[in-house]
Amino acid sequence: MPLAVRTQALRKLYTSAPPVAGAGRGISLSFRASRERRQRKIEVLALDDLSLDVRAGELFGLLGPNGAGKSTTVGVLTTRIRPTGGRAFIGDHDVWKERVAVKRRIGVVPQRPNLDFSLTAREILTFHGAYFGMPTTARNARAGELLERFQLTDRADQLCIGFSGGMLQRLSIARAMVHDPEVLFLDEPSAGLDPQTRLVLWEIVREYHRRGRTIVLTTHNMEEADALCERVAIVDHGKVIALGTPADLKRSVPGGHIIRLVVAPRPPALLRQLERLEGVTEVRPVGEQRVDLYADRGGPLVPEVVNLALLARVEIRDVHIAEPSLENLFLHHTGRSLRD
Amino acid sequence: MNRKTFLALLGRDAHVARRNFFPLLLQTLLQPMLLVFVLGRVLTTSGMMPVQYKSMLLPGIIALSMLLAGIQAVAMPLISEFQFTKEIEDRLLAPIENQWVAIEKVFAGMVQALVAGLVVLPSAWLLIGKGVELRLGRPAEFFAIVLLVALLSSTIGLTLGCAIGQTQIGLMFSLVVAPMIFFGCAYYPWSALASFPILKRVVLVNPFVYASEGLRAALAPQLPHLPVIAIFAALAAFDAFFLWYGISRFLRKAVG
Repeated sequence: MPLAVRTQALRKLYTSAPPVAGAGRGISLSFRASRERRQRKIEVLALDDLSLDVRAGELFGLLGPNGAGKSTTVGVLTTRIRPTGGRAFIGDHDVWKERVAVKRRIGVVPQRPNLDFSLTAREILTFHGAYFGMPTTARNARAGELLERFQLTDRADQLCIGFSGGMLQRLSIARAMVHDPEVLFLDEPSAGLDPQTRLVLWEIVREYHRRGRTIVLTTHNMEEADALCERVAIVDHGKVIALGTPADLKRSVPGGHIIRLVVAPRPPALLRQLERLEGVTEVRPVGEQRVDLYADRGGPLVPEVVNLALLARVEIRDVHIAEPSLENLFLHHTGRSLRD
Repeated sequence: MNRKTFLALLGRDAHVARRNFFPLLLQTLLQPMLLVFVLGRVLTTSGMMPVQYKSMLLPGIIALSMLLAGIQAVAMPLISEFQFTKEIEDRLLAPIENQWVAIEKVFAGMVQALVAGLVVLPSAWLLIGKGVELRLGRPAEFFAIVLLVALLSSTIGLTLGCAIGQTQIGLMFSLVVAPMIFFGCAYYPWSALASFPILKRVVLVNPFVYASEGLRAALAPQLPHLPVIAIFAALAAFDAFFLWYGISRFLRKAVG
């Protein structure tokens, strides 16, 4: 199957603040600001040899906590960020060397709306079509169709500056779809949306995918990755730490279920006894008092765990049972929760 | 370069300028008109300035309006599009090389500077009253200078727009634009600086001097002005420099 998106050992080292925070770059006229800049020497390794293959027609997710390098990956793939090392391709086009060809093939929904605030919703779509060389009648028809589909017809001829967050997000997605791109990038598309709007968004994404288009979306929400994506790359500290279908990934966690215990004290004998319980694949002490049990069952194992604790005269302060999920996988690989 | 995309980007800027036509017109006209009235009418009618001053002032005012129009049309939108709204990304994702997005901005700014010059010339002439002696002896020379001045103002706009932060707009006007105008020979000819020998040499690094002196040479050649050949050479050199420097700053800023 042909590849739609490919990265090879992509590296990005920011020597100034990363793009969102570094908006104020330029000749600084304020003396204080320039002194501050000298003082803090920023070096952030956002991407650390990140390699990915996304097949044509695939709905692919990049899952990771904030600051994992997801947006930088999307920035590099959409020509907006220059990689420090490695290469990236959209189809057969090298993203950095053939930027115009790449821009023609992609649609981008950024994390923060960057819509043209001097234009109305309809004009945003028609001018976008014009940038991509669509003839007048075709772009007007397409704009009308997308406004209808995204329930923006009522406000179509108003300046978008007064729109709510959800409307701006829908308009951003509509804009990215005007020229019917082969690859659609959505950077944290559901951040800040209410649950109902999120479902509408998921349906829109699925429908675009059914039309044979490739979609790459980033999210820190594992339910979203699980519900939408055919394959997921779990990214942390600029590296892919796991890759596969959500089901495979979940299966790859030893045991699948996790029982997190907080106990006091935590004698080594208890850990050995827990390991011998039937169905327990791994016992991992975390910090001072925590024990993570990877097992093939959750709830049914708890009475046995409690029995062992009673016999060892150990107080159980907290028990948490986690069903097989991408969250568990992330926890398994990094020892941290996605939300930490 | 992709012609269709370039024209669509220009179309977008023209559309926005048309929508804001009256505020833009007011913004372009008001300051020059106030200056023309106070300096050209009040001071001359009261006898504090000789009548000849009117012909001296008018070309300078046109240069000033063109400079301000270029800065307003290019620098101000760029500052906010790059920083606050991030909407420059909307243009940078259009299928065209990034430098052409910058060139389109320069072109749109040039058109607005030309319109400003063309609107201010007759209105200021009407307001300033009798006694103006403008001679359009060599129209080709006038149009060439006007084009070079328009390009200068929009390329300076591009450079400032890519160099100034959102919070520094006030400083830009007081530290860059105001000295440029006041030491830019808009209200007096360069030869009037004869008694300030050091200043007279220092102001030659100010590109705006050549804009004012150039329009003076083209519209009121009877008054003292820098040699025309020097004006052309300096304007062309500053245009080329600010175009190159502005684009290179734009490209650096456009990509993270």
